Amino acid sequence: MEWLGLLNYAVFMAIFICIYALLAIGLNIQWGFTGLFNAGIAGFFAVGAYTSAILTSPPEAGRVGGFDMPVPVGWAGAMVLAALVAWPIGKVCLRFRSDYLAIATIGIAEIIRLVIKSEDWLTGSARGITGIPRPFGDLPYIHSQLAYLALVAGVLLVVYLLVERQIRSPWGRMMRAIRDNELAARAMGKDVPSRRLEAFVFGAALMGLGGALFAHLNRAITPEAIDPMVATFLVWIMLILGGSGNNRGAILGVAVVWVIWSFSEILTDRFPPEVAVKAKYIRVFLIGLMLQVVLRFRPEGILPEPQRGAAAKEKR
Amino acid sequence: MLEVEQLVMEYGRFRAVDRCTLTVEKGHITGLIGPNGAGKTTLFNMIAGAITPTSGRIRYLGEEITGLPADKRFHRGLVRTFQIPHEFHRLTVLENLMMVPGRQAGESLLANWFAWGKVAQDEREIEARAHETLDFLELGHVADEKAGNLSGGQKKLLELGRTMMTDAKLVLLDEPAAGVNRTLLRKLEEKIAILNRERGYTFILIEHDMEMIEKLCHPVICMAEGRVLIEGDFKTVRSDPRVLEAYLGETVGDAA
Repeated sequence: MEWLGLLNYAVFMAIFICIYALLAIGLNIQWGFTGLFNAGIAGFFAVGAYTSAILTSPPEAGRVGGFDMPVPVGWAGAMVLAALVAWPIGKVCLRFRSDYLAIATIGIAEIIRLVIKSEDWLTGSARGITGIPRPFGDLPYIHSQLAYLALVAGVLLVVYLLVERQIRSPWGRMMRAIRDNELAARAMGKDVPSRRLEAFVFGAALMGLGGALFAHLNRAITPEAIDPMVATFLVWIMLILGGSGNNRGAILGVAVVWVIWSFSEILTDRFPPEVAVKAKYIRVFLIGLMLQVVLRFRPEGILPEPQRGAAAKEKR
Repeated sequence: MLEVEQLVMEYGRFRAVDRCTLTVEKGHITGLIGPNGAGKTTLFNMIAGAITPTSGRIRYLGEEITGLPADKRFHRGLVRTFQIPHEFHRLTVLENLMMVPGRQAGESLLANWFAWGKVAQDEREIEARAHETLDFLELGHVADEKAGNLSGGQKKLLELGRTMMTDAKLVLLDEPAAGVNRTLLRKLEEKIAILNRERGYTFILIEHDMEMIEKLCHPVICMAEGRVLIEGDFKTVRSDPRVLEAYLGETVGDAA
């Protein structure tokens, strides 16, 4: 039974890695390729999770919806609404330099969290939203887990391929130029503010999608899930550790951090209870230590950003 | 083609450009000289839209562009280079040129997913043009080098190369010769003359190399302390006592 339990855990972890990879790729578009310091990932994650939950869950008295719609509609809605929320934020905040954008996005994520926590008619406040349908949810447990893993891995693959194509395209070249020298990019006719907004909104839509996949996995979403530590800063650590500006690095960073995060939990749970509580802090310490060590020896992350444009060389 | 009226740029209480008025005729290569700190580059920055003037007006092709953002001016054919090279340092040299042309199909998110053929075709044309430009500037061998690794002179050439990647009408060149070796300098002069003659580019040229100014520029405008001191042909400007005084020992006639 022991190995079956481990297998179950591995599948569960793989699903989480795929969901977090979506968040990390979204952040990579904003930070890695465009240089936008978004410290409010949790906010867009929450908007996505709750949008999909409201759209697809069965009707409930005293709350808007649910509308009992098909799951794909919920996911699409999650992306659209996360993008719609990002648009005015970006419109106002992207004029600031990066540190101000960080402060503004933290604040907005916190506002979103408080709205979710207190607006009973919309989000069910502390109870959250339950009864969210889960694709392949009727299968036996392990089959259902495997099927969901296949689904999120498929979504991740499609997103990865689309984003990679973007980055290798003239669009990506333009964004890297803007990141390198904004003044020169403007002098060369690039509309810098709207291009930044484009990247911000695109990244936020992926974060919304990640939130939706998370809500459907758990069949429920509560305000506790919108923890800035887990939904914002852990994603930052993953991206910086893996290699910002490199999507494969982002995914690798997610896997490494998540494996350490989870295994240290298994480990500390085996300690006697009085130690276990204290040992929880060891996990945060371990992640921090690893970040220090990696950045000391590989300042650009495990997989640094490749020199792009060299593809032209291979072609000739 | 370009009219600058009573243009003022103030930084605090310091006036970098002080009621500057000048006109640039279509088809000419206008030389802009003057001692360091005369306000030449500040004037360029205002014409190109990098900074907004404190007061005054700029008219280009008969329309007022004083408040127009820099990127919109580029799309109207007003292109500039930077005195201190502003290359995209993590892009390759080739990419530095390829990013320039405006309205590329591949700059739209959706086109990259749904109009792949159009994007690829655009890219082929842009790449061919970029290689042509690199060959002319004798930078072909560093096409795939990171632009940040180039020497100072090569970066200046890259600056000029970017203006050749678009169909410009008015090109502002800020000291294109500084740091470029003699042989290349002669080629550079030649190319500017060709672009002017055959493609009909109008140029404004800031330069301290008086040989280059004499060869290329008519008229020559001399600025000092944020104002236009004198305008005329090179010989008149060079021998004007006010110009000699403005330079205070930085002898104008030396190179010529």
